[in-house]
Amino acid sequence: MKFEGKIWKFGNDIDTDVIIPARYLNTTSHEELAQHCMEDVDPSFAQKVSKGDMLVAGKNFGSGSSREHAPVSIKAVGVSCVIAESFARIFYRNAINIGLPILESPEAARDAEEGDIFEVDADSGVIHNVTKAKSYQAAPFPAFIQEIIHAGGLIPYVKERIANA
Amino acid sequence: MGMTMAEKILAHGAGLKEVSPGQLVKVKTDVVLGNDVTAPVAIREFEKLGVKDVFDKERIMLVPDHFVPAKDIKSATLSKVMRDFAHEKGIKHYFEIGEMGIEHVILPEKGLVLPGDIVIGADSHTCTYGALGAFATGVGSTDMAAAMATGETWFKVPESIKFHYHGKLNPYVGGKDLILHTIGKIGVAGARYQAMEFMGETISQLSMDHRFTISNMAIDAGAKVGLIEPDETTLRYVRERAKRPYQIFRSDKDVRYIAEYDFDVSKIEPTVAFPHLPENTHPISEVGEIAIDQVVIGSCTNGRIEDLRAAAAVFKGNKVNSNVRVVLFPGSQDVYLQAVREGLVEIFIKSGVAVSTPTCGSCLGGHMGVLAKGEKAVSTTNRNFVGRMGHPESEVYLANPYVAAASAIKGRIASPEEVVKPEEVA
Repeated sequence: MKFEGKIWKFGNDIDTDVIIPARYLNTTSHEELAQHCMEDVDPSFAQKVSKGDMLVAGKNFGSGSSREHAPVSIKAVGVSCVIAESFARIFYRNAINIGLPILESPEAARDAEEGDIFEVDADSGVIHNVTKAKSYQAAPFPAFIQEIIHAGGLIPYVKERIANA
Repeated sequence: MGMTMAEKILAHGAGLKEVSPGQLVKVKTDVVLGNDVTAPVAIREFEKLGVKDVFDKERIMLVPDHFVPAKDIKSATLSKVMRDFAHEKGIKHYFEIGEMGIEHVILPEKGLVLPGDIVIGADSHTCTYGALGAFATGVGSTDMAAAMATGETWFKVPESIKFHYHGKLNPYVGGKDLILHTIGKIGVAGARYQAMEFMGETISQLSMDHRFTISNMAIDAGAKVGLIEPDETTLRYVRERAKRPYQIFRSDKDVRYIAEYDFDVSKIEPTVAFPHLPENTHPISEVGEIAIDQVVIGSCTNGRIEDLRAAAAVFKGNKVNSNVRVVLFPGSQDVYLQAVREGLVEIFIKSGVAVSTPTCGSCLGGHMGVLAKGEKAVSTTNRNFVGRMGHPESEVYLANPYVAAASAIKGRIASPEEVVKPEEVA
């Protein structure tokens, strides 16, 4: 999977409460969740983000609550992938499970400035900052996680295994 | 070299003789948990799998607790999705509000999670059960869905960090202060992906209620699990509740931890975490003058009977400050009933505290005490993120039940010693 888009930059410890505040957890509608994506850190984010844009963040992105509504809202608002210095573990699992591409690259995340254009090859993990003409190699996924990603998420992966059992 | 508790439980669950950190393992799940926010999403994903039945009707726990009693039509609909699924699939452990409570309070209380279990819960504070010696961790709804169908999940075996506590606890200091102090030391990502193992003479002397508080907030240091080795206290708690066999796992003496911390608890005061991260901790003596609007007592962190006793010891004979609203949530119907029997509820009501039915309620800004713009709250809950309890410009200060109650009376963040003598709370 290859993506190209403008990046939106966020800081450290962006928690799932600010990604999708609990006042919107009374719905499971992807469209509704998308409308409130990142609302408590940037109230206008959902309006100004364009399809294919990327999120770039600091350390421990997605910390806190296990709400899958957080990666769902990011994916549903049109963000193509998330690059961070590091991810909180539940968010990391959830993103892979629902098929939201994520990449861990401290250098790419630190160098990036809001509005930079990125090209990302999620399969090889190569991140290219077009604006700064600089390339980075993200940490590779273990083979087993790659299988889940290639299946399109955990549900298609498990469904296939159940069918073959 | 020997294995840690975390490694032993995962090796057992994977049917392997040994495992080591970094290894990916497929394990059986003993308990799979969800609530009214996360289970409806999991149910939708489960239905995509095309599987007729869940893997085990007795090992799936569905607890409506976040937005119950239903706060609006949308949350009523979520609860209905879960209720209908529970009935259709014959899920044994579904808790309607008359017998319910906060998931992480009722599962241990009813003996549904036991030492040595592997538990995944679609709620980040599932790590609470580490206090029983269970490998219990939070996951998302899709992981929950897959496990409901297969009875399996996967883990990367975590490295373990040792947290050793020694010395005599100061008055008004308990599990909440130990874990806040620890998170203050290592940071909210200080144990990211790792197993925290809490031990030492101080931990051995703590009751289960205090131990649950400690393990509960392991996730708030980024950890996968927060384990406490089962001892006589654990076994006394478990024996009278367990309805199935369980297994005790202990770390070998010669294990290597990737980091070790040692705390002299006699130096730890009641601790307050300032907005907007649980790591922003300050000893109560250094808090200064901070006026507050609301106090919240309860939650999966501090909603057990000993927490309520602590709060009642401070409220007894005192009135809530006229500038403050106080909402108290017992963690379960059993805790509520016990509080009634002990006369605690009468103390609360006479002081001017509003006592609610068990719910996660205002902890996550859901209902029952949401904050307005600019308001400040002292809360015995676990998170003080931006907007956690309401308006993004409101503030939450995390503390133990003594501090919360004393603050309610004083109208500002206050030390319990301003209200009640140490010998009166012992």
